Amino acid sequence: MTAAGNPAVATSAGRPLAGGRLLSLDWLGAVPFLAYVGLFLLLPSAIVGFGAFFNADSTFTLENFGHLSRSYVVRATIDTTVISAVTALAGAALGALLAYAIVTGSPNGLLRRLVVSASGVLAQFGGVTLAFAFIASIGPAGFVYLFAQAHGLDYYAHGIWLFERSGLGLVYLYFQIPLMVLVFLPALDGIKPQWREATESLGGNTWHYWRHIAGPILFPSFLGAALLLFANAFSAYATAQALINQGQPMLSQQIAGALSSEVGAVEPGFAKAIAIEMIVIVTLVTVLYSLLQRRTSRWL
Amino acid sequence: MAVAARSTQRTRWIRLQVFRYVTFAAAAVFFLVPIGAMVEFSTRANNGSRTLEYWRSIFDYPEMIAAIVASLQLAAITSVVMLVLLVPTMVWVRLKLPGLSRIVEFICLLPLTIPAIVLVVGLFPVYIWMGSNFSDSILTLSLAYVVLVLPYCYRALDAGLGAIDVKTLSEAARSLGASWFAVMWRIIVPNISNAILNATLLSVALVLGEFTIANNLLYANLQVELVHLGRANAGVSIAVAVASLLFAFVLLVILAFIGNRPRRVRPELATALAGPLAASQT
Repeated sequence: MTAAGNPAVATSAGRPLAGGRLLSLDWLGAVPFLAYVGLFLLLPSAIVGFGAFFNADSTFTLENFGHLSRSYVVRATIDTTVISAVTALAGAALGALLAYAIVTGSPNGLLRRLVVSASGVLAQFGGVTLAFAFIASIGPAGFVYLFAQAHGLDYYAHGIWLFERSGLGLVYLYFQIPLMVLVFLPALDGIKPQWREATESLGGNTWHYWRHIAGPILFPSFLGAALLLFANAFSAYATAQALINQGQPMLSQQIAGALSSEVGAVEPGFAKAIAIEMIVIVTLVTVLYSLLQRRTSRWL
Repeated sequence: MAVAARSTQRTRWIRLQVFRYVTFAAAAVFFLVPIGAMVEFSTRANNGSRTLEYWRSIFDYPEMIAAIVASLQLAAITSVVMLVLLVPTMVWVRLKLPGLSRIVEFICLLPLTIPAIVLVVGLFPVYIWMGSNFSDSILTLSLAYVVLVLPYCYRALDAGLGAIDVKTLSEAARSLGASWFAVMWRIIVPNISNAILNATLLSVALVLGEFTIANNLLYANLQVELVHLGRANAGVSIAVAVASLLFAFVLLVILAFIGNRPRRVRPELATALAGPLAASQT
């Protein structure tokens, strides 16, 4: 009885000790990573999150958020939202067409691989280079413009719109369409040819198929991808900064402006308030996106 | 009946092919003309003839050379710090701290939802403090860049680690007397070499294209210098932009080529590229 009991006591006494020691050592392994992200990701986030509620004298205030009603910030918010929404919808529609053109080809074909790789590169195209590419092509000294002008089509007759909001929208499409292709291809791949055959054997035509089968299945995924594109354009900075020298039409440029003393006073608290405004909008959109993705995954 | 069905099939097929090729042609024009235009612009002389003058005079701008060197150094440092930080942690979490894996994933993907311009606002005071207490060298930017590349590298490495049995491999090595360092260096790393290469190439491409953080923390990296020089001499600036774009393109083609070979990396690659990467880049 005691002989049988003793080892049990010994192990039960030994285990928590060893376990406790190991546990504390195990946690040490994650410390460098946690310390690093704590310092360079979580601390900056906290600085933005809390800093927005304090003024320069470190007293609590909501004043920074009050400044969001300044006319140029409201204007920038509206402009950014409009440009993001328009380029997201246009990019999503055009990208979906391109993705459909890809998916109807051979799944391992050269064309598909080429377009997917190119989309990967173009979606990551650095913003500055992107602005340069458009200046060099359709800009006032670009060969497309020179050619069009020589043939009687002066598309800058009413002002150089490339350096304004409409130009910015066009340039944004350059990374929105490839991003849409990358995000939407998996959804299109999930569409089964059998569904089409089933529709036809039940007497349905192409319209019926898209209206009642493929459309409803793809719609949440399409909408989700469009939201992702919206968030993408909303937080873009480099393209706008490289393309537009005059004024700061984008919200991201307003943040940068409040952060530096290039235009007027340095207002770090105000920069944080705009940053929070941006985060709230982007997070909202991202949450909607993941909800829609989850809904799609039920079918695809 | 069968003939009629076949002919509808045939018209539909033709219609589809017409749609496809029109779409591809339109996309090719929209995406290739601006890139071709950069090459054209950077080789155009004032009198309209071809010249390589802009390309040659890149070397006449010491700030531009300094910025290129700095960006290459930043890319190298960022990749190394990222790997040293991420690979051991991810292996350790898989082996010893499975409860922590959700938290690590959440943290790693967090930068995707924080726009770079917002991150800059929070990094500003951190860099002011670092500048007065440690160093204000441009190379300190790599500390922030590690955070920026975290989501993409996490996905690439996670795919690599998911494809091998980390637990069995490391237990086998440990039972044969290997140290943890040997497990990491001689067992894990060779087994996920593709994923490591993936993560490294993505980091390099991202760092070379980074503008937002450098510009607002007042450091002149490649992209910032491109904008500066673009205002003085657009031809040279566009020449450098083309060169850097081609370099990134080659890197990503290598990446796509590697991604084609192994069993699992391809779909992961697509998701890694599909993230709102442009948010940090554009």
